[in-house]
Amino acid sequence: MTAAVFALMRKDLSLEWRNKSAFTGVLLYLVSTVFICYLSFDGLVPVHTWNALFWVILLFASLNAVLKGFLQEGERRIPYYYTLASPAAVMMARIVYNAFLMGLLALSGWGMYTAVMGNPVQNQGLFLLNLILGAGALSAALSMVSAIASRARNPFTLMGVLGFPVVLPLLLVVIRISASSIQGASLAAQWGNLLVLLLLAGISVVLANLLFPYIWRE
Amino acid sequence: MGPFRNWWWKFAGLALLFYVVAGGFLFDVPQLPVVRESIRNIYFHVGMWFSMMFILAVSLVFSMRYLRHARPEDDLKALAAVKTGLVFGFLGLLTGMVWAHFTWGRFWVNDPKLNGAVVGLLAYLAYLVLRGSVEGEQKRGRLAAVYNLFAFVLYFVFIMILPRLGVSSIHPGTDGNPALATGDLDPAMRKVFFPAIMAWFIMAWWVFTVFCRIDRLRYRVQELLENEPTWK
Repeated sequence: MTAAVFALMRKDLSLEWRNKSAFTGVLLYLVSTVFICYLSFDGLVPVHTWNALFWVILLFASLNAVLKGFLQEGERRIPYYYTLASPAAVMMARIVYNAFLMGLLALSGWGMYTAVMGNPVQNQGLFLLNLILGAGALSAALSMVSAIASRARNPFTLMGVLGFPVVLPLLLVVIRISASSIQGASLAAQWGNLLVLLLLAGISVVLANLLFPYIWRE
Repeated sequence: MGPFRNWWWKFAGLALLFYVVAGGFLFDVPQLPVVRESIRNIYFHVGMWFSMMFILAVSLVFSMRYLRHARPEDDLKALAAVKTGLVFGFLGLLTGMVWAHFTWGRFWVNDPKLNGAVVGLLAYLAYLVLRGSVEGEQKRGRLAAVYNLFAFVLYFVFIMILPRLGVSSIHPGTDGNPALATGDLDPAMRKVFFPAIMAWFIMAWWVFTVFCRIDRLRYRVQELLENEPTWK
């Protein structure tokens, strides 16, 4: 199982490398959104808005980034993978790979956002830890949704519609931790919330692995 | 005697509901500050939310059965249950808003429990949109059932962790079970409250069976149309 997951991830990575325009597209989407926000807010936002805006931008970019995974595979290649590995391994590889991609996206988004909108965060370490964990948790919840949405007729609309109710609990926890890190809370004070975040991510991973075998067949 | 043998529970439900409406509006209730006479809404608002949760749990069971056996009836029943749940959810939302208007002064307040309720309804509306955008009966059934399970579990975890997040709520009841703490319900109100819950459960089940029948007939018609002889 582990070997299959690693092999599938290597496959994803080399495909991504060969066709760089897909990820670059998502990155450009992120940069454009940040810049639109910068221009429409005149670069001056209250701290509370800074936090919420950052996560909303990241959420929309990640909906795009995660959805492209299953869409890119194409109808004919998917059945072939399932002759090589179990559906659970395919899902697991997708989640881990998406987590990596989203981490990359979150960090570059954060850099760009800081450059134009300033950075009021007082506990930078907690903010970044929450950013990475949040990206991983989002990828766990959204990967399953993308597996469903990519099978339907209008995947982009469905990704949002199906994703929001599923992701909202995660997003609320992440925004809460992030807001307190801006005010300089210590890691110890936010330990409980981080645990809730990990719990939600864990449940998403388990559910995705249990349910994916039912939907991979055409 | 024929119809009554199968329908007695519908008559029982109707009788209970008449009793609840009459008793709910006529019997004495304790006069509490702020809430006052609006406490009578507890017989309607809470009953509707409870029956929504009940019927959504029914939908979950049918979705699980569909994933196990792949029988079209199970999928149709899960869909009918979600539709019923949405009807009762919106009724619960409306009665809650009327109540909020009289006790909190506004139709909507920014409260974790209220917002949680909306997220739940959004998830089930998304379920309907998903069904509408998938071709192929089996594929639609499987995707819908999987989303039903995924969203239900995450939503209930969400409801459970909400109090942990330290967001205070002005809505009565703790940890996702508003008004289940019947311990603090006045004894005089219990003799309407429990029949009211019963009555709304029966109503929900009745509406569910009606939706089931409509969907089954629609499915039959579809089948007949597809097998239509070509000479026509």
